[in-house]
Amino acid sequence: MSAETIQSRREWLLSDRPASRLQARLGRAYVAWRRFSANRLALVGMLIIIGLLVVAAFADVLAPYSPTIGDLKNARLLPPGTAHWFGTDDLGRDIYSRIVYGARWTLYVVILVAIIAAPIGLLVGTIAGYAGGWTDTILMRITDIFLAFPKLVLALAFVAALGPGIENAVLAIAITSWPPYARIARAETLTVRNSDYIKAVQLMGASPFRIVLRHIMPLCISSLIIRVTLDMAGIILTAAGLGFLGLGAQPPLPEWGAMIASGRRFILDQWWVAAAPGAAILIVSLGFNLLGDGLRDALDPRSGDQ
Amino acid sequence: MSGETLLDVDDLRVTFPTRTGLVQAVRGVSFSLGRERLGIVGESGSGKSQTGRAIMGLTPPQAEVSAKKLAFDGIDLLSVSSRERRALRGNRIAMILQDPKYSLDPVMTIGRQIVETLRTHEKVSRSEARERALAMLQAVQIRDPARVFDLYPHEVSGGMGQRAMIAMMLVTGPELMIADEPTSALDVTVQLDVLKILDKLVAERGMGLIFISHDLRLVSSFCDRVVVMYAGKVVEQIKASELRDAQHPYTRGLLNCMPRIGFERHPLPVLDRKPEWAA
Amino acid sequence: MTASITVEGLEVVFDRFRVLKGVSLDVREGESYGLVGESGSGKSTLLRAITGLAPVASGTITVNGKTLGKTRDKAFYRDVQMVFQDPYGSLHPRQTVDRLLQEPLAIHGIADGEKRIERALDEVGLGKGFRFRYAHQLSGGQRQRVAIARALILEPSVLLLDEPTSALDASVQAEVLNLLEEVRRRRKLTFLMVSHDLAIITHMCERLMVMQNGEAVETLTASQLIGHRVSEDYTRNLLRASEGFVRV
Repeated sequence: MSAETIQSRREWLLSDRPASRLQARLGRAYVAWRRFSANRLALVGMLIIIGLLVVAAFADVLAPYSPTIGDLKNARLLPPGTAHWFGTDDLGRDIYSRIVYGARWTLYVVILVAIIAAPIGLLVGTIAGYAGGWTDTILMRITDIFLAFPKLVLALAFVAALGPGIENAVLAIAITSWPPYARIARAETLTVRNSDYIKAVQLMGASPFRIVLRHIMPLCISSLIIRVTLDMAGIILTAAGLGFLGLGAQPPLPEWGAMIASGRRFILDQWWVAAAPGAAILIVSLGFNLLGDGLRDALDPRSGDQ
Repeated sequence: MSGETLLDVDDLRVTFPTRTGLVQAVRGVSFSLGRERLGIVGESGSGKSQTGRAIMGLTPPQAEVSAKKLAFDGIDLLSVSSRERRALRGNRIAMILQDPKYSLDPVMTIGRQIVETLRTHEKVSRSEARERALAMLQAVQIRDPARVFDLYPHEVSGGMGQRAMIAMMLVTGPELMIADEPTSALDVTVQLDVLKILDKLVAERGMGLIFISHDLRLVSSFCDRVVVMYAGKVVEQIKASELRDAQHPYTRGLLNCMPRIGFERHPLPVLDRKPEWAA
Repeated sequence: MTASITVEGLEVVFDRFRVLKGVSLDVREGESYGLVGESGSGKSTLLRAITGLAPVASGTITVNGKTLGKTRDKAFYRDVQMVFQDPYGSLHPRQTVDRLLQEPLAIHGIADGEKRIERALDEVGLGKGFRFRYAHQLSGGQRQRVAIARALILEPSVLLLDEPTSALDASVQAEVLNLLEEVRRRRKLTFLMVSHDLAIITHMCERLMVMQNGEAVETLTASQLIGHRVSEDYTRNLLRASEGFVRV
């Protein structure tokens, strides 16, 4: 592609006079991307997350050994080396392979929690904010009750009631992480509900349901995406914490938190058993945080207006 | 009224960096001001407010101000230190902004704000500062100065707030006053009261006044001379009394396009903007 | 001539503060009626009460023969539309012009959307080139044209105008006022227009009501006002103020 076609393409995207719905939408996305990519650290964060996705997708290819079956006779607690890059654990399993497969479980937890918690928070927050009055009071008091407990303690209580296991851990984390989203969505809703453009839609005869769904929610989504991304690290850590306490993923699932828990016993003599999954959690959490920061610059609704 | 030159502006330019390159908000504005009332008129984006801000030294830090000459009473405003500039600002040059709601400190009583302003620029005792602040509130025709002295900005009406703002700006006895749309946020009847006060004070104290506004008719009824700006440039300078004979089609268009009671025109004449005006 | 809007003894109370204290007016079909007053006069509240955006404490509002209750049905909004004061705040920041104009059609299930949108944009002098722009890609005057197009797209018979030009430059104001007059003539609309500017109201309206502190001061025809045949001091003050500053 010559420099000229790139230049003309950029002009087409940045045009102040889009000629079609598609051009308008792409132009908007392109402006957001430019703002995002101006932030180097955000790009690093995005690369880490893309890396995580790739590792999870190609775990079968990338992992040289089985994540669950080890060589108990010859390969227990080997230090990092050429045969086992990150060493082996007490059951003779290759830690590198377990971390690669663990990426899948990390993603599984993070995505499921986001899919469950964010829409609940969005719905509760926008409805409370738009309806006001009693609806608002009731919904927000419920939110307050959830917010009153430390997240991990509440998640522990839920898992204890539901029974240990990674699905229940996901549920427990989702149940405990929607209230902040509801607060954000409500705050956003309150700032726009009295604006003239929402009044204008009311004056067209739109139902409250339609106004919330089609006019208010789109305005809340960007701040919610930012918050969810920034929370991903916390979700991973909570999941790891539950795994560590034995209430999350059950053996022999290669979940990172559970891996640290089982490595704890040899942390002084065979440090790599706990250190490798710990480093993986650290890097991925950092990636999500950097990505979230970049998204904040790119999607901030206040800067989008101008 | 004029005679000596108070302010001399020659080829003033204000440039803002944006994502798409440099944008010149003010492109070579020149005028001089004696102890008179000068109006700067233009529509949004004409650079009239940025001109006032540049003189005042309130241009945002990312923007660049340049001029062949920008001198106040012989002092080159572009070369003095920021400390000297600050000392000038508020003491010898004062500015009134459009909405008193945003330019008064909401957590300080009106009286205290006036006293603080006075005491940052002059060495006066607390009691004397109070005396002068009360006298100033009286001068802007606030009926009960002692009561208003102890009120917070949100407790007074828009017209009262703007009077307090004028009092605060005038208490140090400035020689040049820049008023940026001082009455646009006020009701029409209040607007005239505030203008009357401003007019009286400017005349009594022999100040120079720059009145920035979008309202050509109001400005021409108030000022001695009018500078008309379009797209960052001065398109016409004219005596207010001779406005009817304005040469530039933009000035004429601006005068004509407003509805007037007793002059029925349907449809209203509209401005046909020519690209060469901005050239 | 039949009455389009009749308001009788209208009271609006916000937090125990009486914003409107028993105001009555009647607007005939096809007439352009103005409400003039300063801030706090209740002129905008009167418009909002008609549309249902402000709570009515007592009094009745009748539009096209139907007396309005507490809520407005969809049919009401096909008949009565409103243009807001601030063109920067009345367009959704995340929607294109196309989407903004589609919304009323979708709400009322109107099928020939494409045609109506193109016609509406033509009518307000914007043309197809503006259809896929976002609000931030438009100037103040263009935004107000979009707002007018949005109000017209449901083909209402009454247009409520809340200071439609006070946020615009004088030259743009003239264009928008001309546009409003033109659509009114073409569509035989009834206007109820609010402004603080006496000159704009006399230019646009045949009759007007001067308001102060939530009450009607007096009702005049435009020609009475032009001839300075007013009976209240307050109106006289407003008239004098609208002539600009006079040095004594």
